[in-house]
Amino acid sequence: MNIDSIQNGVVLDHIQAGKSMVIYRYLHLDALDCSVAIIQNARSDHMGKKDIIKIDTLMDLDLDVLGYFDANITVNIIRNGELAEKKRLELPRKLVNVIRCRNPRCITTAEEQLDAIFLLSDPERHTYRCAYCDTATDKTFPNMGK
Amino acid sequence: MPRHLIDITDLTTEEIDGLIATAEDILDRPDAYQDVCKRKQLATLFFEPSTRTRLSFESAMLSLGGNVLGFSSAESSSTAKGETVTDTVHTVSCYADIIAMRHPKEGAPFAASQVSEVPIINAGDGGHNHPTQTLTDLLTIHRERGSLSGFTIGFCGDLKFGRTVHSLVNALSRYTGIRYIFISPLELKLPRYVKEHALKQRNIPYEQTTDLSAVMPELDILYMTRVQKERFFNEEEYLRLKDSYILTPAKLSDAKPDLSILHPLPRVNEVSVAVDRDPRAVYWKQVRYGKYIRMALIMFLLGLTPPPVTTSLP
Repeated sequence: MNIDSIQNGVVLDHIQAGKSMVIYRYLHLDALDCSVAIIQNARSDHMGKKDIIKIDTLMDLDLDVLGYFDANITVNIIRNGELAEKKRLELPRKLVNVIRCRNPRCITTAEEQLDAIFLLSDPERHTYRCAYCDTATDKTFPNMGK
Repeated sequence: MPRHLIDITDLTTEEIDGLIATAEDILDRPDAYQDVCKRKQLATLFFEPSTRTRLSFESAMLSLGGNVLGFSSAESSSTAKGETVTDTVHTVSCYADIIAMRHPKEGAPFAASQVSEVPIINAGDGGHNHPTQTLTDLLTIHRERGSLSGFTIGFCGDLKFGRTVHSLVNALSRYTGIRYIFISPLELKLPRYVKEHALKQRNIPYEQTTDLSAVMPELDILYMTRVQKERFFNEEEYLRLKDSYILTPAKLSDAKPDLSILHPLPRVNEVSVAVDRDPRAVYWKQVRYGKYIRMALIMFLLGLTPPPVTTSLP
């Protein structure tokens, strides 16, 4: 399968297989005018299978959010057809309005205008806790927030 | 940015020790503090019912020479019209110098602290935190034992939803030489995150049991709690668990003579009224100490220092 290489844009590589559409929706890539290619189940020496997203324009991405979804994703910046920069992601210390608290007793479930704030509490387990009620996030791939 | 007290971990160990020292000084010479908060106003915003906490805050402020305003139920505030908690607190912070708030939703005081222009004191947010009860408990233990180190403490009852237990374990874990025994039905065990955060990360050992009688002779402090009906979504489960532990004089026959029995109150039936006559029951003293530690806290958050000790001329 051939996908044209891009001249100026962003390639999100090493996405966990099957999760590219979650990233696509969260980053609102459907709102872009440019070409966006989603490659699912590409072969990977390290991962076995992986997803890739190619975006045919240079744009600012929220690296903290991407890091929370999957810190193994690599962000490649392409300029004039060349790899200009490769960014490694880290788990962000704080997430704002990325995920919502699932504790029905939390104030953020009653008053949805409040920012949903989560703080990294255990980097090894990728655990975040709600800044309001301390409820921990699931370890599974997160659902999208508001 | 004003200083708030949302969680007991907002205070350093030195600050907690300082509050206890101030509270003990107030107990020794209350008259010296009677005008410390003159012309200051405390707002008590209680979105759910309370007897002890609200009245102790109000009594504390009045004893410091300050004034109080506020409401004691959500129905008597603009919450009944649909106002958000942050808008209510933002409004009150324009009138008062300091706010103590209780809310049934967890994290409501943290939300309030994001918009308030004056210090916010969390006076209880659902089953989450109750840091001024923790300060009260610490002062009581300090008064009874003379120290916050070197004793065996048993927590008994609802350790799952018991916010006072979570906060007290968190606070005590900073001190050394404390042995923890958690006594509860299996369904109401201490949550894993409290054990991990407060104890395992600090390599502090603890024991868990369902049998209060078996561990009673080992305890220096017994912290009893109520199984709280309002924390259960399922009434059947509440009814099944509510009478798991009822402390009676007979159950204290094996206890140490210098045991201290604490309870954050209110109680339902988990501590028999007959135990009140036992000198080891210190929960009424604990209620009294709650006022003094809140006096110390109000002063601390308002940046007010204790009055100097004056010696009268012969």
